[in-house]
Amino acid sequence: MIIMTVSTIPPALILILGAFLLPLTVGNVRRAVLLALPVMALAVLWQVPDGPVLTFDFLGQELVPLQGSTLGRLFGTVFLIMAFAGGLFAMAQKRSTELVAGYIYAGSAVGVTQAGDLLTILVFWEGMAVASGLVIWAAGTAAAYRAAMRYMMVHLLGGVVLMVGIAGYAVETGSLAFVAMQPESVATWLILIGFLVNAGAPPLSAWLPDAYPETSYSGMAFLSAFTTKTAVYVLLVGFAGTQVLIYMGLYMIFYGLIYALQENDMRRILAYSIINQVGFMVVGIGIGTPMALNGAAALAFAHIIYKALLLMSAGSVLHMTGRRKCTDLGGLFQSMPITATLGIIGALSISAFPLTSGFVSKSMVSQAAFDAQMGAVWLLLTAASAGTVLYAGIKFPWFVFFQKDSGLRPAEPPWNMRLAMMLLAGLSIGLGIFPEPLYRLLPFAVEFVPYTVPHVLNILQLLLFSGLAFFLLLPLMKRTLTISLDTDWLYRRLGNRLGVLLLTRGGALYAGLRQFALALLGRGMALVFRYSGPKGAFARTWYTGDAIMTVTVVLAVMLALFFF
Amino acid sequence: MINSQLPILQVMVPLLAASLCAILPFRRLTWLIALAASLAALAISLNLLVLVLNDGPISYALGDWAAPWGIEYRVDALSAFVLVLVSALGSIIMVFAPTSLAREIDADRVFLFHAMYLLNLAGLLGMAVTGDVFNLFVFLEISSLSSYVMIGLGRDRRALTAAFQYLIMGTVGATFYVIGVGMMYMMTGTLNMADLGTRLPEVAATRTVIAAMAFIVVGLGLKLAIVPLHFWLPNAYAYAPTVVSAFLAATATKVALYALLRIVFTVFGGPAMIGLPVDQILLVLAIVAMFGASAVAIYQTDAKRLLAYSSLAQIGYMVLGISFLSATGLTATIIHLFNHALMKGALFLALGCIYLRLGSVQIEKMAGLGRRMPWTMGAFVVGGLSLIGIPLTVGFISKWYLIQAALERGWWLVAALILLSSLLAVIYVWRVVEVAYFQAPSDDMLQLREAPAVMVVPVWVLAGANVYFGVNPQQTIRAAQSAAAALLGGGG
Repeated sequence: MIIMTVSTIPPALILILGAFLLPLTVGNVRRAVLLALPVMALAVLWQVPDGPVLTFDFLGQELVPLQGSTLGRLFGTVFLIMAFAGGLFAMAQKRSTELVAGYIYAGSAVGVTQAGDLLTILVFWEGMAVASGLVIWAAGTAAAYRAAMRYMMVHLLGGVVLMVGIAGYAVETGSLAFVAMQPESVATWLILIGFLVNAGAPPLSAWLPDAYPETSYSGMAFLSAFTTKTAVYVLLVGFAGTQVLIYMGLYMIFYGLIYALQENDMRRILAYSIINQVGFMVVGIGIGTPMALNGAAALAFAHIIYKALLLMSAGSVLHMTGRRKCTDLGGLFQSMPITATLGIIGALSISAFPLTSGFVSKSMVSQAAFDAQMGAVWLLLTAASAGTVLYAGIKFPWFVFFQKDSGLRPAEPPWNMRLAMMLLAGLSIGLGIFPEPLYRLLPFAVEFVPYTVPHVLNILQLLLFSGLAFFLLLPLMKRTLTISLDTDWLYRRLGNRLGVLLLTRGGALYAGLRQFALALLGRGMALVFRYSGPKGAFARTWYTGDAIMTVTVVLAVMLALFFF
Repeated sequence: MINSQLPILQVMVPLLAASLCAILPFRRLTWLIALAASLAALAISLNLLVLVLNDGPISYALGDWAAPWGIEYRVDALSAFVLVLVSALGSIIMVFAPTSLAREIDADRVFLFHAMYLLNLAGLLGMAVTGDVFNLFVFLEISSLSSYVMIGLGRDRRALTAAFQYLIMGTVGATFYVIGVGMMYMMTGTLNMADLGTRLPEVAATRTVIAAMAFIVVGLGLKLAIVPLHFWLPNAYAYAPTVVSAFLAATATKVALYALLRIVFTVFGGPAMIGLPVDQILLVLAIVAMFGASAVAIYQTDAKRLLAYSSLAQIGYMVLGISFLSATGLTATIIHLFNHALMKGALFLALGCIYLRLGSVQIEKMAGLGRRMPWTMGAFVVGGLSLIGIPLTVGFISKWYLIQAALERGWWLVAALILLSSLLAVIYVWRVVEVAYFQAPSDDMLQLREAPAVMVVPVWVLAGANVYFGVNPQQTIRAAQSAAAALLGGGG
């Protein structure tokens, strides 16, 4: 007997079902619904007590579609904050497709964080794949359409891997409960791979920068928050301390970093930056100490907010100018001071500047690596932090809002967009100054004190040198914007030529392999078409005589197989 | 006691109603007879199912001639399950039929359609109810002959060649089957399934019995349309009146599958017992069907043909379940047998609604249909999601059990193939959805209205069943499990 009280309503459903109200309403009613849904869901989320809340039997297993947990609450909360901000930012979109898809997407992400079993996770996982594909598609351009198709294919394939893993897990353990596991069997490996596809891990990282920048001006803020971060959530719960994640994460960090440095499209810079930042979280999960896991969770929380802030400022620029290439932009500070200031706050946060949310979260991961005696990991993380400062903290605002004057004088974006950005900027700084509420949400007790003299000094040093490097290398940056800049810089900073070489050559190798795979795929598709296409042997109408001949051959083969 | 006569009534009611229809050339009246007979058959089969689940298998001696000399009708969990499926789909489709037939068949032939439909129903029910291999052949021919006629009734002249090709292929299949039966009779002197089941093991090693097995598997494989024995199916489904396509897709191949299960498991006692590689052969053919037919479906321009090729792929899943030779595998097969009937029933009937309004089921002509016919297209989407195997639909239950069965044997690759092939279903379902929902309607479509309620309601009953049994799969699973257990227990 389930008694329906507030605490047994899945918050995910409020958002998912409520989203269908949006196309039915117009004007102020729609605006009210849009803003009320995440708030209601958040209020309900906080009523969910720890432990299983809803359970039912399905296919001989106990499913737990609603289960409260510390980590789930943390991620659910930030997802709903993000849904609110994203809804506010996108409020003026004329067609409701993007909003509906965005809310279903956000609701599914919340559903994952509140799920107690793997099957429920799978359901919401697929819901996210489809809804996020629709968000991309809602941009309405031909490029967005193709990007959405490619995006959905990758995620549905990831879903296949995940589902086989889950089915295998059910056969092996007889249980579907979502608990901590280790990649020891085929099933758990498949589950891990399925999760990692959504995290943007290699070798499929390219889906993210491929698809995200094709969204509408407001769509990318939705996308940046949910898919990769739900992956971080499930990895945190399921695979904490799995060593392979450290290497996976390091690869992501440098992959994102190098590509972001050479990119010219402002939103693609930020897309690569997502992979880079998620890499930090994945490394933290791989380290697996309480400090590292806390760091990964806190970073995810902070990252969602400041990355959305950065993307909204980029989205505002796109919305007001229609341009997205750094080389076409510049000098916008003059006419968009508010957007520029808010974007800079986001840039400072991602650079982990003191008094921002990045500062109080990111260094937890490096500190954890240090404490766990992983010197090399620590060194790489620190170097990558400096790299982050370069591409996101300085490069993005510099080329968009300052640098040369592009002659553009766009107005500030509409009030709802400004308000959404102010909300997120306020949160970024608020958490930077008062990190306690965030720390209380974390799964383990926090022993980390962010504001110590050495830490602040250390970070400021890092920031200053990165800034120095940026402006010293500015001519180089302007002229070529190539990968060599970044290798040079890393070489001077670390003297680690070998690693850099591997990374760059690795990129070439990867590109070559990718081309080869694509060519192979093209050939394969041609072959499929030859036999299955409208004129193919498989599809055309056969003469009855030929058909009878086939039947005879089948009988003969079967008899032969039976007799011998 | 009426209860003791239920097995024979199951067949006689539609059979007699068929003759009645044939001599009464009135559209409305024959429709009422057909509907009443279908509903009566449904009531009988539900009764039988309850009786079987409570008290075990029912045996009925035809004309009081005791088996193995007389013909025995035997109803166990599996046959009762199939009986309910066939008569339920028949009843729903009959509610739907008159409006759709008025558009797709000449008015003066409709009474003949009803007669043929009832004959077909009697044949299919007879195949499921009989416990005698030769009697099964008789009913197989009754259902086949009537289905050739029903396909040929379509206004599209290509339906005639499709029906002719099906006639040839179907006859070859039935002949192969009866050759196999003859060989078994030669070796054992009996035609009763249970009796054969006990006598065959003694002579199992003989070439005659092995050849009988090959003939029967190929013969029934033809009726079942296992790739590469499927040539008749795409055209037959594509050019037949939609009601016929829906009925055949939902029931005829399912009953052929039932017959195959019966022969392989009840009569031969499972292929493992006679050491033949039937399972490997079926495994290979099933995987070829899952991918090959789906790939063809992707390139189709006619929605009915698309669904026909999709059916071939889905039959592949059912055959795959058999090839695992395990209780879970058979359960998956039987569940999918039921679930696929629900999916394809809903999808084909939705196409019937579209044909009624549009006069075509070419995909390109369906642009913007999502707005014009929201209920019809909504049901199509539900059916399509189920076909893909999205959680909360019956398709997911089927896939889940198939994967479980594959993993029980440790066949990871097969499990992955099952899901990868369902991605192909995503593509072909998406092609229709994209055109219907995301392309602007042409001008002449502005006048288009939703199909009448008498058609939309049956479609939604089936679409709703896709969701209902997807959320509450316990009954289907329990029935399928006991049916699978009966098959593996030998004798049934």
